[in-house]
Amino acid sequence: MKHRAQIRLLSDGRRLHLQDGPIDLIVEAFGEPVEVNKAYGACVARFEMVLDELCRELKLLRQACCVHDVWPSGSVARRMTAAVAPYATEYFITPMAAVAGAVAEEILAAMTNSASLSRAYVNDGGDIALHLDAGEQFVVGMVDRPDQPSLFGTTTLTDADPVRGIATSGWRGRSFSLGIADAVTVLADRAAAADAAATIIANAVDLPGHPAIVRVPACELAPDSDLDERLVTQDVGPLNTVEVDRALAAGIATAAKLLRIGLIRSAALNLQGETRVVGMQQPKPVSPPAHERILVHA
Amino acid sequence: MPDDSIRCDACPVLCYIKPGRTGSCDRYGNHDGKLVRLDPHVVLDRAVERGDSVVPFLERSRDWDGTLVSRGETFVTAIGAGTTYPDYKPAPFIISSQVDGVDMVTVVTEGIFSYCGVKVKIDTDRHLGAECSTVRSQGEAVGHVTTSEYGSQMLSLGGVRHLTGGSRHEGTATCDALLQLCNGNAVELKIDDGAKVVVQAGKPPIVDGVQEERMRVGCGSATIGMFAKQWFGKVDDVVVVDDHITGVLSEHQAGRLLGIPETGIKLKGRRSTPGRYFQVADPGTSWGGTNIDDPLSILGKFNVKKAWPGLRLLMVSTTGEHYAYFELDEDLKPREKNLPPNLSQSVARIKENCEPALCTVLFMGGAGGSLRAGVTENPVRLTHSVRDALTRVTCGGAPVYVWPGGGITFMADLARMPQNAFGYVPTPALVAPIEFTLKLSDYAELGGYMDSVRPLDSVVSESEKRKRIVAHVQNPWPLEGRSVKNAKKKK
Repeated sequence: MKHRAQIRLLSDGRRLHLQDGPIDLIVEAFGEPVEVNKAYGACVARFEMVLDELCRELKLLRQACCVHDVWPSGSVARRMTAAVAPYATEYFITPMAAVAGAVAEEILAAMTNSASLSRAYVNDGGDIALHLDAGEQFVVGMVDRPDQPSLFGTTTLTDADPVRGIATSGWRGRSFSLGIADAVTVLADRAAAADAAATIIANAVDLPGHPAIVRVPACELAPDSDLDERLVTQDVGPLNTVEVDRALAAGIATAAKLLRIGLIRSAALNLQGETRVVGMQQPKPVSPPAHERILVHA
Repeated sequence: MPDDSIRCDACPVLCYIKPGRTGSCDRYGNHDGKLVRLDPHVVLDRAVERGDSVVPFLERSRDWDGTLVSRGETFVTAIGAGTTYPDYKPAPFIISSQVDGVDMVTVVTEGIFSYCGVKVKIDTDRHLGAECSTVRSQGEAVGHVTTSEYGSQMLSLGGVRHLTGGSRHEGTATCDALLQLCNGNAVELKIDDGAKVVVQAGKPPIVDGVQEERMRVGCGSATIGMFAKQWFGKVDDVVVVDDHITGVLSEHQAGRLLGIPETGIKLKGRRSTPGRYFQVADPGTSWGGTNIDDPLSILGKFNVKKAWPGLRLLMVSTTGEHYAYFELDEDLKPREKNLPPNLSQSVARIKENCEPALCTVLFMGGAGGSLRAGVTENPVRLTHSVRDALTRVTCGGAPVYVWPGGGITFMADLARMPQNAFGYVPTPALVAPIEFTLKLSDYAELGGYMDSVRPLDSVVSESEKRKRIVAHVQNPWPLEGRSVKNAKKKK
């Protein structure tokens, strides 16, 4: 199994690209070269085990959270389950909703536990786990259309912020969505928590029964989807401003609730060019390229 | 599970994948019931071309010392970039990078080309079909025979008339033939009242089941001129059989200069100038591109006043592939004999001087209004910029020839493009990569989508689906070259 994973240093000589099955990570650590080297070694060692661990418990992880009160044993799987548990009574959600964020968290932890780093990030297809030492910061770029990445704004995260996880969800992204948001980006304390919350908020941005929205049972697209026969969004036709506003308002209501109970720190919701933000300052317009910029997309 | 799904075993997730869908990784898909690895976005990597090791694999070398290796130079091609049609949105990737201190922009898109086709050059003297004859694939008209060029037969395939101007079947067959050829695959073509030829870019043509080995060394007359001295004294007369111009040594100027006496030989066909004959036979796929299998069939009776018993005659084709040696008997009738060793040398020499026969395929297409609108809000300015050599056009990183006049109609050699660079849409039309490279300042001036310009780093960093390939050795690096470096001064 060791040779299945693709692991390489990107051409900038700084970032690692790790890919195994559906897991695809861009990793960068900052600090003394010897520490960065140690961190990358730990990152690779942990990475090579993650997919096999997850697949061993895949059946359980695809079931609605906590219904059997059985917790998985793997550490990534437990991060996933913990992240979705707060939603289990009110929403349908499976641990798979937090898989990307949980993997990012796990890999970041492997690095920070074995090396002293000033900053680090693990970007798992747009779901990002961050490490920030005292006095450090990241500039994060934001994308409204994950399928056509272009920045619509940036936000700066400092070590004083509690935020260490970023995730984006939307119907155009790689995972299925029950809602119509092009992208919902969530900042939270942990990457897995951000991932789960982004899924819930993106699902809430919706116009039930609207004729311009094409919905298909998830199992017709992917027979083994954890969403089973639930209708997932496949296309959204043009909406008028009133409709866009109504759909975003529904998402904002959910986001505001999650903010209130402390599950997220902020969220940016995007639908057909309109952006609504809760819990943080409006994203700054795009500035000239900075090397620490991270592109966010699902 | 529904039986139209397939189970992917590329990784332990073991996704069930429906037809036309991908697994959870987006890397493997179900294409007509088959598990396929999808084409990632192609990134040309010039550093690799230069032999620099830029991207060490950690898989087996854990003792990597963390040294930061030097930056590779990277050009993002449009292959797999994606497109939206009509292109009312900025092109999928607009990328900036630094070249010699000038901020360069490459606008990368995959164009949907309804107006497109291929020009095929088939190195052969064999007769493939009359000019203007219809060329068919899967029984449908997909193009026509155009001019003969030196040692080659040209075909023009595709074009909007076959793609969308005819029946649905015609369009689909045309699109399929173009796609196969453009992606480097072999296509069998049948020419009305002509040959069946298998064409594949960069490979020898196969004409009626026979693989063509070489191009002719020259026409029959030229061959006489080239080899007259080598034949002098070893043989009394030579006929070089050629569908275009058959040459006869004793009558040819080259023979005269050497003082070779008349032999009383009589050629069929129409005499052009001394020793040069047109139309000695019908066109075909045998001796020198004629339809003859017996070379003597193009000769009349020898003139009894000039010929002599024992006269030695070599007959050979323009590629040396066919040859026969005769001596006249007492009745001045040619009798076939074994080729003397000193003559077989000259036949081998003809072969040796022939270049290998190849099929070469050029893609030709026109960048339409909507494609140009993906580059700039003011599409005609892009055309002007290309005209003024401020903007360089490349096709999958390969250089193109932009046809003079209006629009952006270009040709590109498929041999210089990465494999499987083309796709199609059901219109039917081909999807071909096209990149426009220009100075950032020029891009701003022509109304470019400045807000969408992304640093190269950001594109390469999200390289989950990008594929790095080595740039073609013969191609100029797309970001360099005269037209960019010596771009005329603005304003």
